[in-house]
Amino acid sequence: MSGTYLGMPSFPKAAKDAVHNVTLRANLRHATHTIRDKRAKAVAELDDWALLREAGKQIKDHTLRHLDRHLEQLESAVTAAGGTVHWAADAEEANRIVAGLVKATGESEVVKVKSMATQEIGLNEALEAEGISAYETDLAELIVQLGEDLPSHILVPAIHRNRGEIRDIFEQRMESWGRPAPDGLSDSPAELAEAARLHLREKFLRAKVGISGANFMVAETGTLVVFESEGNGRMCLTLPETLISVVGIEKTVPTWRDLEVFLQTLPRSSTAERMNPYTSMWTGTADADGPRTFHLVLLDNGRTDALADEVGRQALRCIRCSACLNVCPVYERAGGHAYGSVYPGPIGAILSPQLRGIQSEIDASLPYASSLCGACYEVCPVAIDIPEVLVHLREKVADQGGKGHRLEKAAIKAAGWILDHPAALAAGEKAASKTRGLHPRKPPGAGAWTADRELPELPAQSFRDWWKKNRT
Amino acid sequence: MSTETGSRDRILARIRAAVADAPDAPEAARDYLDSHTPDDPAAILDLLHENLADYRAIVHRASEAELPALVAQLLADRGARSVAVPDGLPAAWLAAADADQRTDDGPLSPYELDAVDAVVTGCALAIAETGTIVLDAGPGQGRRALTLVPDLHICVVRTPDQVVASVPQAMPRLDPTRPLTWISGPSATSDIELDRVEGVHGPRTLEVVLLQD
Repeated sequence: MSGTYLGMPSFPKAAKDAVHNVTLRANLRHATHTIRDKRAKAVAELDDWALLREAGKQIKDHTLRHLDRHLEQLESAVTAAGGTVHWAADAEEANRIVAGLVKATGESEVVKVKSMATQEIGLNEALEAEGISAYETDLAELIVQLGEDLPSHILVPAIHRNRGEIRDIFEQRMESWGRPAPDGLSDSPAELAEAARLHLREKFLRAKVGISGANFMVAETGTLVVFESEGNGRMCLTLPETLISVVGIEKTVPTWRDLEVFLQTLPRSSTAERMNPYTSMWTGTADADGPRTFHLVLLDNGRTDALADEVGRQALRCIRCSACLNVCPVYERAGGHAYGSVYPGPIGAILSPQLRGIQSEIDASLPYASSLCGACYEVCPVAIDIPEVLVHLREKVADQGGKGHRLEKAAIKAAGWILDHPAALAAGEKAASKTRGLHPRKPPGAGAWTADRELPELPAQSFRDWWKKNRT
Repeated sequence: MSTETGSRDRILARIRAAVADAPDAPEAARDYLDSHTPDDPAAILDLLHENLADYRAIVHRASEAELPALVAQLLADRGARSVAVPDGLPAAWLAAADADQRTDDGPLSPYELDAVDAVVTGCALAIAETGTIVLDAGPGQGRRALTLVPDLHICVVRTPDQVVASVPQAMPRLDPTRPLTWISGPSATSDIELDRVEGVHGPRTLEVVLLQD
């Protein structure tokens, strides 16, 4: 895939283009509204939703507080079950480990289960540079890969595409990756899914190496869990001889029983189903069932930085359900690409700047990609207070300075002084009201604010003057 | 290898430093419900039936005596000429079927499995509230690929002993050291405009037989 988020413009610039793309906005509006309505119904079926949400939050907080212990336990359980555990401090190291493992098998192609962690580290591009072809097998990821596009949603990466666009991509691009699209392919979802089935089956049957992520890892038993719908995950997890799973360290849960909470909250929050069609759980390797060789690559890549932030660390509770994207008024209009990361939407706005730091223009802009309406917090199945983290990160961005923030600081300082001096304030108000006919509609230097807003007109009389006249 | 060992120690040290001053986080409270369904086997069975059907599994009920004829009929209706037979499947279940029976003792290669039309299995248990069947690769279920590659999966659930009401009731009955597959309806995708389409890579048809004593 040639697409990359590197060098993306800041959120306001990228969002400005996106909101003027009529097809994109229509596709997004349709998709997000459909799923948010369904989700509300699926959640309402469980009377104890609030208790499940609280339990999920507590399990994750407990895990993070004792993550060192749980990871060591996980490592010994996976090893005892026949797997091999690797540790990767950053993306580069993870990619190097995976490429080395694939090369050791003598293979030059791999099939992949949709995985946010491997997207995050740019694994496909790294493998390509080593002469290894990585085939995405999730339908939406396939659409993105064939279209040389970028994912725009955590759960439905091709949410920005409609059926007509997908048909065109299949017709034009399938042939160069393997089995071509059937002749006379229509744009009905059933026919498009069938085309993907035929195209990918030849790859599944010959695959010797599979690569996945995982939704959960159970420290107590060494069990890994993948939630999916299509069966492509099952294909990649069971048919190849070697399985390599790249998983963020925060995906750990302490006990087998803990899964009972997330098996109830994740499907309902993400696809709005009581349960997703397929969930696979494996513990190391099993005799004559599935891959004989299993490697687990534990990925840090900024997670320990996030963990060190006492407000921001709650973002590591995220189970990647994407409910926050589907309710977010900003995501719905700006689209997923504007966030410049594999993690778009509200969770991306707090996760990406923590994983990558706030030095770049895009990462410094992400904490502002929100109206702070709080809908994301309300739907989050592990109760991440996203608005709280956004405000906290804004403070950090402001502290690091920069042009806009110097102006803002100067303005706040001036306001502080004038509010401490009532006589000066009264004189200022009087002068401002008297000269209001002369005020420019767009004061110089405030363009970033006034570009999309009207400056309110000053009243003819200040509130204090009005009070003096009418109430005293 | 030495860099990797270095990374392991470095990551663990970074974690310890990151949470050194964090308040203690107690074990999670588990005051959520154990089940959302009245404790009545008939109601639980009906709920399982309803939820399986809601996600487009085709549900049948049969007695032990009726089962062979029903399985034979289901295979014939779909034109299945060959059927994969996992180790330990009761021979009676396929006694009336005409389809060519393919045992997995080779074992069957992925290409051989792809040429098989159907598979008949039992299960470890079924969960009513979510409409889910869980396979644990035990006797009569076979390895995971058997229920994945053929296009038709016929799954027999013994009622009431293999049926639980809820996910929390299922967990203690499952052995995490076995490979587990949770199946809720046939393969499906919602990736195109969030329209649900059944049948992508797994079996496009899932027939569930609720076997009654």
